[in-house]
Amino acid sequence: MKLAADNGLPGLGRVVIWFNDPGNWWGSTGLLAHVREHLVYTFVVVCTAALIAVPVGLVIGHTGRGTTLIAGTSNALRAVPALGLLIFLIVVLSPRIHIRQGLGSTIPAGSVPYLIPALLVLVILAIPPILTSTYAGVQSLEPAAREAAAGTGMTPLQVILKVEMPCSLPLIMSGLRSATLQVIATLTVAAYAPLVGGLGRLIVDGHQNLRDLRYGYPAMVAGGVSVAVLALAVDALLNLAQRLLTSPGIALSGTRQRTNPMNSQNPVQNAG
Amino acid sequence: MNELWTYLEANWTQIRGWTLTTLWLAAVPVMAGLVLALPCGWLAHRYRWAHGPFVSAMSIVYTVPSLVMFLVLPELLGTKILDPVNVVAALTLYTFALLVRTVADGLASVPAHTLATAAAMGHTARQQLLSVQLPLAVPVIGAGVRVAAVSNASLVSVASVVGTSQLGQLFIAGNNVGSLAPIILGLVFFVTIALAFDLIIVIITRLLTPWHKAVAS
Repeated sequence: MKLAADNGLPGLGRVVIWFNDPGNWWGSTGLLAHVREHLVYTFVVVCTAALIAVPVGLVIGHTGRGTTLIAGTSNALRAVPALGLLIFLIVVLSPRIHIRQGLGSTIPAGSVPYLIPALLVLVILAIPPILTSTYAGVQSLEPAAREAAAGTGMTPLQVILKVEMPCSLPLIMSGLRSATLQVIATLTVAAYAPLVGGLGRLIVDGHQNLRDLRYGYPAMVAGGVSVAVLALAVDALLNLAQRLLTSPGIALSGTRQRTNPMNSQNPVQNAG
Repeated sequence: MNELWTYLEANWTQIRGWTLTTLWLAAVPVMAGLVLALPCGWLAHRYRWAHGPFVSAMSIVYTVPSLVMFLVLPELLGTKILDPVNVVAALTLYTFALLVRTVADGLASVPAHTLATAAAMGHTARQQLLSVQLPLAVPVIGAGVRVAAVSNASLVSVASVVGTSQLGQLFIAGNNVGSLAPIILGLVFFVTIALAFDLIIVIITRLLTPWHKAVAS
């Protein structure tokens, strides 16, 4: 990249050299360790968000109450910049958290005061896509299916768990996928909080020593490429899981994919 | 509340400048991205060969973290690191990546019998596209533009980590001195800008689809 000689960056060619050095892959600050942290954080965040959003979404979809409120809140939450929310929570929460211990290599000693605000931001951002798709999934069900289930003597809870949830699973999963991709991307911003690991560490630290050939610009771009690869790989896995989990009876109705509102009306938002 | 007001008054000139920069950094890419996505989305809808490069390849672009994008583009474009052009180019690329798929989906959402009717009424292929298919795809495209605009506004704030001078600097300033006033102001400004964009796009979408109102009444 000769044409960019005057901007002071070491050049994209350095990224290939960085990837070719095994020393950058292994060890506690290597690429693979960061990938592992990234995956652990993503898993914890998405599971927490799903534990809150799926039950609430099922109840809202079942009763039809509160949809306007939830849709409005979800839209407003989209407008909140992740970086601003993160810094807000760090300034408010971190001085009040006094846990200094760490746990293994994923949670280094002293990182908890920063990890909690970082993960909290991600949970807050991951809830809207899961919540919206869950209640949209329940509401898109044919009323006849619900009435038939109630007619056979099912209690409301049974209708929710045995009919509405399995039938709206494709949409719930698509919400989970959007949320997961968003969390993987936003984790790179979360690394703005000190001591929070993941691939964002390479990116934020790399940005701070841009001219360093080992920990600077090449590490930053390598981190970015790894995030993209990780996002695509995780999405492919979730796509597979979605196919395996979906009841064959639902998967047969081929029109579902086309009418899936998550596809075009409600695409993944990049927040990182 | 008082503290916010004091901070706003004390730094008004700078905040006003940052607000203007943020507005154009967020708005220009939405327009540029849409203008580019319309023809390319049509190609992706019309020709099978164009679907892969535009829709699939662009979904990969969307997974690249913005902070990295802001610093890879100077290498590709030959610009300086702090040049706002990098932010505009990065956000245009993200918007394009999102909208090219939305435009293709929107055009595909128009029922075949509607197009057949237009053809039977004597519309040429070009008239069908411009006066039937495109207007009917407006609600879907509008929904995509709303997501792109809102997400652009919050992505602009990430550019402040690189050092671009805009409202995101309020977050950095608040973090450096551990003060909440600039952070809360920043959040209020960003959410207001995003919701204002959202409202403008909703209004434009309504104006472009007058038949929705006719059906409703």
